[in-house]
Amino acid sequence: MEDVIIGLEIHVQLNRLRSKMFCGCSTDYHNSEPNSHTCPVCLGLPGSLPVLNKKAVEFGIKVGLALNCTIEEETLFYRKNYYYPDLPKGFQISQYDFPLATRGHIMILGDDGVERDIRINRAHMEEDPGRLVHAGTIDRAKYTMVDYNRCGMPLLEVVTEPDLHSPKEARAFLDKLKSILEYLEVFDGSLEGSMRVDANISLKGGDRTEIKNISGFKGVEKALSYEITRQKNMQRRNIKVVQETRHFDEIRNITVSIRSKVGAHDYRYFPECDLVGLRIASWVPAIKAALPELPDAKRKRFVEQYNLSDDHAKSLTSEIKVANFYEAVAARAPPKLAAVWIADVLKGELNYRDQTVDGFSQEHMAEIVNMLAESKITEDGAVQIIRDLLDGRGSSPDEIVKSKGLGKAKDDVVQKAVREAVAESADAVADYKAGSERALNFIVGVVMKKTRGKASPGEVHKLVKAEVEKM
Amino acid sequence: MLMELKEQLLSGSAEEYLNKLFLKIEKSPLNGFTSLARESALQQAREFDKNPGQGRLAGVPIAIKECISTKGIETNCSSNILRGYIPPYDAHVIEQLKAEGAIIMGKTNMDEFAMGSSTETSCFGPTRNPWDYDCVPGGSSGGSAAVVAGGEAPCALGSDTGGSVRCPASFCGIVGLKPTYGLVSRYGLVAYANSLEQIGPLTRTVEDTALLMEVIAGHDERDTTSAEGKKRYLPIREGVSGLKIGIPREYFGEGVSKEVEKAVWDAINTLESLGAAWQEVSLPHTKHALAAYYVIAMSEASSNLARFDGLRYGLRFGEDKDWHTTFSDIRARGFGPEAKRRILLGTYALSAGYYGRYYLKALKVRTLIKEDFLRAFKDVDLLAGPTMPIPAFKIGERINDPLSLYLADVFTVPINLAGVPAISVPCGFAGHLPVGLQLIGKHFDEATILQAAHTFEKATPFHEKTPAVI
Ligand SMILES: [Zn+2]
Repeated sequence: MEDVIIGLEIHVQLNRLRSKMFCGCSTDYHNSEPNSHTCPVCLGLPGSLPVLNKKAVEFGIKVGLALNCTIEEETLFYRKNYYYPDLPKGFQISQYDFPLATRGHIMILGDDGVERDIRINRAHMEEDPGRLVHAGTIDRAKYTMVDYNRCGMPLLEVVTEPDLHSPKEARAFLDKLKSILEYLEVFDGSLEGSMRVDANISLKGGDRTEIKNISGFKGVEKALSYEITRQKNMQRRNIKVVQETRHFDEIRNITVSIRSKVGAHDYRYFPECDLVGLRIASWVPAIKAALPELPDAKRKRFVEQYNLSDDHAKSLTSEIKVANFYEAVAARAPPKLAAVWIADVLKGELNYRDQTVDGFSQEHMAEIVNMLAESKITEDGAVQIIRDLLDGRGSSPDEIVKSKGLGKAKDDVVQKAVREAVAESADAVADYKAGSERALNFIVGVVMKKTRGKASPGEVHKLVKAEVEKM
Repeated sequence: MLMELKEQLLSGSAEEYLNKLFLKIEKSPLNGFTSLARESALQQAREFDKNPGQGRLAGVPIAIKECISTKGIETNCSSNILRGYIPPYDAHVIEQLKAEGAIIMGKTNMDEFAMGSSTETSCFGPTRNPWDYDCVPGGSSGGSAAVVAGGEAPCALGSDTGGSVRCPASFCGIVGLKPTYGLVSRYGLVAYANSLEQIGPLTRTVEDTALLMEVIAGHDERDTTSAEGKKRYLPIREGVSGLKIGIPREYFGEGVSKEVEKAVWDAINTLESLGAAWQEVSLPHTKHALAAYYVIAMSEASSNLARFDGLRYGLRFGEDKDWHTTFSDIRARGFGPEAKRRILLGTYALSAGYYGRYYLKALKVRTLIKEDFLRAFKDVDLLAGPTMPIPAFKIGERINDPLSLYLADVFTVPINLAGVPAISVPCGFAGHLPVGLQLIGKHFDEATILQAAHTFEKATPFHEKTPAVI
């Protein structure tokens, strides 16, 4: 899909900060009354002045470094001027020349199966505007209410180069970015509206359109897919794609043209004199030294330290919570087996239930892996235990094993069942001897019935084969 | 003055004094006050009479310019668009005044959003000059200057973006100081041009200005541009012997009225006779100051005034239409012609394609002007010249000729561009109208200009003269 060119602008709320960007108001407004987390500064009352939250800049530098950006010596704030009801000052304090971080890159898995760097143009800081609440749909609402609780939330805008070539790659980039942000403990992606994406998309030789303010990664994929189809169809019909801003309608899954707010935008950027230039070069070494291990490095270490496959290591490190969960389990149970069970089973079960790993006990997981390693339970039994625990049927693996009789049959019992089954299945033995490998499955089935499923089919298969070969 | 007033109030009654002022204001022809905080002020006065307390301004009434936020008292910048806006918080300077026991007596008239030097662009109509009712009081802090000169308030606060404290001080024959940028917190000052402006006192004597400065100056963490530390100005050092005064060549000559020039030279001679030495200096970029000032101030204003859309406070009409129509309507009807002119010009100057030609160029000129001052201050301790090139003019005489109004700011705006402090003190008369002497100091060296101004004041009778209205 080299003929599709996509660039992203991602607005990330640095919502792990305690106070807003330029005032002391709390960032913890999600369950509060509208307009209850406000003060003269974030309401832009006449005479109020912004005071920069230094911690926000520190968070921004952290992200910049993690995205392999160059951090500017000195960073400046600018005013971006435009009129909108969610913007109480009539301008947004943002950055323009001398943004916090420039020229970085992060690696994603491309559609061709090869990993490659996606270039970051810049990452700059700005304040979030308030939130508009329409009484009904945007085109039919009789009135709109404004909630300024969000106003002044610290935002980091990450701008990529147009290096992405499909909706799937855009998704991969966003997943990776989110992963890094959560590793850095600057961002909580579970909060509503915490990451909003503007996507620029064009087909080779055509003009680009910008799809504004898409929330949710699935939304980005859908919006881009629709837009590609739309632009391709226009090209096919020899209609020129015009450069414009479009809105993604999440209900109808289409993009629609929105007339721009005031003709062509001229934001009249100029320096915000109420803030002074901030020399940040000296902050960088300490922040760099304190950076946590990031996803790619952790993935590499997991492969080396725990002898995992790269796929498993990648799966376990994409979310910091899962990585930490894995390491806690791996400290108490065989790491390789733990990796398989967490990456291949637990994550799937969690996804299916829309739950996070927070809801599962590390001790229980270690217990399950250990029981598997010691052949005390079968693989089916282990899956059963995980499901029961997630669905609240049972308090611990041990208790579930006992109450459901999932304990694996002792070997001599299995051995006995195998001998009996082989003795009882003369026809099947004969078929096998005649060359039918599949005949063994019949005998395995008999053994499973005799042991009421508590034996492992794989093992039974091996034992049956050995027994028949002896004859 | 204020020291003596405090003594009087302690032996007499603050309530009585305040009532007398209110009575006078009611009958006043000046139109200096826009609103009075009668109840809260009298309440505070009664409390003072019972228990005066230790505050440095205990019991002293003060008038506040309309653009300084006062909790619970309408703050409208003399603009229709902000009518009805009552701030939920006090400006830093108001907190400081209240902490020292001062009584906020009311708000004073100004040019709309401080855009003017005559107080004629106010939505409340012009304020009159106490020395001649047909003349303007200067501006934009014309209300504050007129009520102090007219004896309706013992002292006042104004704000100075391009001369807005010094010009009316000069026209009304009182003392006005524009502090070094960063010395007084701007928290709560409704912004016109935020990189230029400072709040400053308007008083009858230099000592009173020093006292108010001790109260309002000092670091405030809510204003990032606010300087560290707290300064002392009292007692003011007396005498000027040994002081070297620079006389900027560019501040005399063409455009300066003969009477003003004479009064200022007489003042320089007086200072010399008191022991100071003077020498001519040059501020070669002065001729570019006005253009640079107006580009910067209007650019900043176009952005600072963008928040007035009527959505959260201020002017609002009955039925709302869609967002664009509603806020455009409110702005069209809320702003006066001068505010509109400056918003439009500022918007233009910041527009793509013009930004480099106007705004960036103005910033470069600003740097050159600052360097002019720094160079001059290598040789001298302070500079002296006229505050205004002319005495107060007639109401209505220049209002329809904005360019001639802008030209009157020629000696005040360079000071704001450079960020240095300057004081205007009465130094004589042009006919029956007062003339102001401007003394300009080094950054954060208010002490030296207060010293020279105070010494001059002690040696001359001008500050004792009061208009007939008193
Ligand atoms: Zn706030």
